[in-house]
Amino acid sequence: MTMSNVEKVEYWRWGESNWKNPNISDCSGSLITAGVDIGSTSTQAVILADGELYAYSSIRTGSNSPNSAIDAMKWAMDGTGLSLEDLRYTVGTGYGRVNVPFADKSVTEISCHARGANMIYGPSLRTILDMGGQDCKAIHCNEVGRVTSFMMNDKCAAGTGRGMEVIANLLSVHVEDIGKMSFMIDEEPPPVSSVCVIFAKTEATNLMRAGWSKEKVLAAYCHAMALRVARLLERNGMEEDFAITGGIAKNIGVVRRIERILGVRALETEMDQQIAGALGAATIANEKITNWWRRKK
Amino acid sequence: MITVGIDCGNQNTKAIMVIDGKIMNKASVVTEFDGKIAAEKVYTMVLANTSVKRDDVHAIVTTGAGRDMVDFSNASINEVSSAARGSRFINADANLVIDLGAEGCRAMRLNRDGRVKNYEVNDKCASGAGTFIETMARALQIKTEDMGDYSLRHKKDLAMNAQCVVFSESEVISLIHQQETVEDIAHGIHVGICNRISSLIRRVGIVDGIMLIGGPGYNKGLVQSLQDVLGKDIAVAEDSEFVSAVGAAVYAVNLV
Repeated sequence: MTMSNVEKVEYWRWGESNWKNPNISDCSGSLITAGVDIGSTSTQAVILADGELYAYSSIRTGSNSPNSAIDAMKWAMDGTGLSLEDLRYTVGTGYGRVNVPFADKSVTEISCHARGANMIYGPSLRTILDMGGQDCKAIHCNEVGRVTSFMMNDKCAAGTGRGMEVIANLLSVHVEDIGKMSFMIDEEPPPVSSVCVIFAKTEATNLMRAGWSKEKVLAAYCHAMALRVARLLERNGMEEDFAITGGIAKNIGVVRRIERILGVRALETEMDQQIAGALGAATIANEKITNWWRRKK
Repeated sequence: MITVGIDCGNQNTKAIMVIDGKIMNKASVVTEFDGKIAAEKVYTMVLANTSVKRDDVHAIVTTGAGRDMVDFSNASINEVSSAARGSRFINADANLVIDLGAEGCRAMRLNRDGRVKNYEVNDKCASGAGTFIETMARALQIKTEDMGDYSLRHKKDLAMNAQCVVFSESEVISLIHQQETVEDIAHGIHVGICNRISSLIRRVGIVDGIMLIGGPGYNKGLVQSLQDVLGKDIAVAEDSEFVSAVGAAVYAVNLV
């Protein structure tokens, strides 16, 4: 599979990525476990070597879920010398979790997400806002990443990646530039009044015709989206420490506005925030195998 | 007695001229960005091709989302009132009116005297409005006006899971990839929106004498699906999108 470079013409197309841990040069002899998160919009694969993060990839989910899982895993393995046969245990998660052909088990995305976020952000994490491609979740977890409660919106595009893609296409702005552009304004405008992405699109068109700059329209849209998800969080209860995962975590326009509305700073990370689900799945996979070994002894 | 009713809709602005209790002329323009300009344009159009001059018009009443933006009208009434009045004027048996516009849906029960007994509105979610059907038609790469014919030719029932317009668009595309026919998908789309509208209608109470008004009333496939979902016959007007404008023009008679 050829990985396309980010094409400016397709405004919705966010960058696909892969990463290999520079501190692990040789993993022969290590216990290799993996997690794959097949979402409606993106698919991630994470590989652990002896429980340590070794490699990952994030790609767009194609029309065929099993192929997406294989493609994501192969790209994560690129340059590692590993192949699918080296995976001792794999856990699949996400909307398409039953479609990971090489998985040994599937686990719900909420559980994997909480574990993964706990691995990324640490034991102080209590509230996770996951803004995915087609849904938006508020998850509460404890210090070891077990879910204590959650709330989800998966019926409405407001507060989801698809909602952001719609605006990117409408304004001919690359989806990855929306965040920084939304701050190139003199004064924060009021949010677009509609919760609905479709109505917000009409509103955005009218604002442009009324002379608003793209930056101002983006600010109004990010503001509306932040308000929408802040309400979801408040309904589920907000407890610090707080972190955001999923693709929209990379959109500082939405992130900073959520922080402003809630009066809370979100924890930050160098890792790709979209891998939380797959990382949680890989962690569970690793535990399964090490527990099994321990019981055998 | 000459009156004009102008329905300033989110998508289209419609005008109706009523002379001595009869509908004499109609006109429609796309609202676009400026509702005021659209109203002015459609007013000019409804007078054109008639011998009626502006000074001859006794009263003008506006309705619809942009009704208060117009400065040359005598009064404005809300879209529930105009829908009720227009429906009863055209159809004496209308007891339950479903006004499906581009961006919202309104269901209302009428008393025997034509007054509104109760009503429910959805203007928050586009998946229960006309724009849903238009967007899906685009995804299917067919004209909105052909949706009805395609849907009536369906062979099997496809369940659409997504509710939101944005998600449904993705669902339609994957159904196309799965080789489902345009006819079956169009039908599934209509059933989906009818299920959503029906929950609104149930809140006002389902009775006999149902009338569907608004642009989507022209869509025979949608009307059939709504009949199937509600289990009742549904009447439509020949000029379905103009019914609220008729209501406004008829109300205007009271002002003279």
